[in-house]
Amino acid sequence: MSDLNTFRTEARAWLEANCPESMRVPIRSFEDIYNGGRNPEMSHPDQKVWCDRMAERGWTVPEWPKAYGGGGLNKEEAKVLREEMARIGARPALDSFGISMLGPALLKFGNEEQKLEHLPPIVRGEIRWCQGYSEPNAGSDLASLATRAEDKGDHYIVNGQKIWTSYANKADWIFCLVRTDNTGSKHEGISFVLFDMATPGVTTRPIKLISGSSPFCETFFDDVPVLKKNLVGEEGKGWTIAKYLLTHEREMISSFGAAGGKKTLGQRAAENMGTDASGRLRAGTLRSVIAQYQLDTLAFAATMEKVTAEAKAGQGLGPASSIFKYYGTELNKRRNELLLSVEGESALGWSGEEYNEGEIARAWLRSKGNSIEGGTSEVQLNIVAKRVLGLPDA
Amino acid sequence: MTLVLNEEEIMLRDSAAGFLTETANVEAFRKHRDNPPTAGFDKALWGSIAEMGWCGIAIDEAHGGLGYGFTGLGLIIEQMGKNLTVSPFNSTVLMASTAIAQFGTEAQKQEWLPKIAAGDVVMSLAIQEGSHFDLDSLSTSVSMQGDGFALKVEKRQVLDAISADAFVVVAKDASGYQAFIVTADQVSVRNQSMVDALSSGTVVIDTRLTAEAQMDADSLNNGGLERALDMMNIGLAAELLGVSTEAFELTVGYLRERKQFGKVIGSFQGLQHRAADLFAELELCKAIVLKGLRAVDAGEDLSGLASAVKAKLAQISQRATNEGIQMHGGIGMTDEYNIGFFIKRARVLEHTLGDFHYHLDRYAVQGGF
Repeated sequence: MSDLNTFRTEARAWLEANCPESMRVPIRSFEDIYNGGRNPEMSHPDQKVWCDRMAERGWTVPEWPKAYGGGGLNKEEAKVLREEMARIGARPALDSFGISMLGPALLKFGNEEQKLEHLPPIVRGEIRWCQGYSEPNAGSDLASLATRAEDKGDHYIVNGQKIWTSYANKADWIFCLVRTDNTGSKHEGISFVLFDMATPGVTTRPIKLISGSSPFCETFFDDVPVLKKNLVGEEGKGWTIAKYLLTHEREMISSFGAAGGKKTLGQRAAENMGTDASGRLRAGTLRSVIAQYQLDTLAFAATMEKVTAEAKAGQGLGPASSIFKYYGTELNKRRNELLLSVEGESALGWSGEEYNEGEIARAWLRSKGNSIEGGTSEVQLNIVAKRVLGLPDA
Repeated sequence: MTLVLNEEEIMLRDSAAGFLTETANVEAFRKHRDNPPTAGFDKALWGSIAEMGWCGIAIDEAHGGLGYGFTGLGLIIEQMGKNLTVSPFNSTVLMASTAIAQFGTEAQKQEWLPKIAAGDVVMSLAIQEGSHFDLDSLSTSVSMQGDGFALKVEKRQVLDAISADAFVVVAKDASGYQAFIVTADQVSVRNQSMVDALSSGTVVIDTRLTAEAQMDADSLNNGGLERALDMMNIGLAAELLGVSTEAFELTVGYLRERKQFGKVIGSFQGLQHRAADLFAELELCKAIVLKGLRAVDAGEDLSGLASAVKAKLAQISQRATNEGIQMHGGIGMTDEYNIGFFIKRARVLEHTLGDFHYHLDRYAVQGGF
């Protein structure tokens, strides 16, 4: 315990001395989130300064082993660090798919050489990664992917197309599912490879969504050479890694549902639409729907709290975690739909200062994608039905 | 207070599950329904329940209880829900003893709580007057009479009215709520049973009461009544959780076995998705019930939360039992099959002390809209 107190004192002093004042301001927009990479985008030059200083200590990824550039902290210490950062309102120094998705997969499935090559640059924010999973004909049915990697001795030649590749136009490297074998079941013969987006034969094209611009891209591979040392795990056994990584992605997406303003929807509605003498929202039918939404939000938050507590107590989560992706995103869609009712026609404004450049409308449209990306709601329900409830295949 | 059960709580839950599945299960319920004992309940079972200390689990040690807390009580009630256990546990332990602990005088606590803890008395709460539970609509029925009171009122939906030795009666006068402990010899009871086959009578009161019968009006009117009702509703939600999860498990079990069109019906995606969605909702129910129970033990503010818990469990218990009937098909409509018992119990529990609409409205009002 005293060790932990010492750590707290040291961390506090270091953060005080090293976190720039400008990085103790709440994140206002996506531009304030630092993603690193070879050509980092910044809304403030201190973003890189802050990231570099934190990376020096491995604190961009505090719980990764020191051998790979991480902070080597245990869970208690990492919690203390988070608390101390929150105390001064420090922004996360770095946020990336390398940290949230590839890193955990490499730590579990990568060989020593791969860990040493790729993890430290992730910690330092030098290389920005994107994920090459979905294809035009392999979305929910991910294992039907067709991008093929042909064996050429010491390397593969990759041909095919990916879609919904978030930030492919900004990423330096890609972690990618490719088919190395066509003969077995569709879950076999899939391999997990890494390669540089600057390799000849790789092109990307941004996709515009119903909500306006988007981080998504189409990505094309035309005779792309990939060295075999960049194959993670065994050839043909990439599906295991893909699934492991998807659980990380689902947890990330389901946390979107928890986002929200300080005022509840009911309070916003009361301000906008007025209440009767007893304090009840005048719009009676809407009131009941909002109350049900808030009720479910409360219950969902309690469920997250319960699962976190169970995980701390060493009780596993299992396939039941699929309900978070499912419920969280459905809840987020309900919230966005209700926001339109609460804010009225102005919520449908698309451009202009008065409408904050269509913030509400764009968020509403974007939320529709939450229950599609990272495994659709229907796929999550299939998982629960089969793996949790033990119901048989048709 | 974390939302995870500790080892002791898991042991309590498991031993309650073991005992009830063995002795006070759905088959015992069926026997009770077909042949209700004249006493109104099974005295031997009640004796065993008291012997295990369950009646005093949430009563403090100073008043003869175990002082173990409300979470423990909720875990037991949940298991009773799963097994459709018949006993005066809700009326006596969940309702009357909670009311006495929250707004009884010290003399009343000394007199009644040890008896409840020991299983020596059956008590009930008499509060509802109209067709719906509604605290605001209680009629003025109390008047001062010398150094005592005249109380004249009819109370409906009083659980185990015919079996009760005494009642906590909540009424209203010009100054606000008043409550009294009234013994069975001071009232007359019209016994009736509800759709779930449990006894819930009308209590007719036209009597004079001494000052000693009066409960603590200050704590009653300064949040004590609402807190007591909030606690009771969280307890009822725990039973609804047990009823709903058991109905769900029965149903999923049926989906795995029943064949139609040459296939197990559980392989049809239309049914799979409804079952999986319900599973997700039940996970939310487990979390919010535990949150409610923990909040009681932590002495937290229950306004809003208790109604949220009750409303959520009301909503999902409806879904779980309705889907239970539908997915069972024709056999689900037969008296011979057990699923029907669960839909009946679920609705009675929901309407006791306020249904979905009552609590959703209250939750919204507490939330400022």
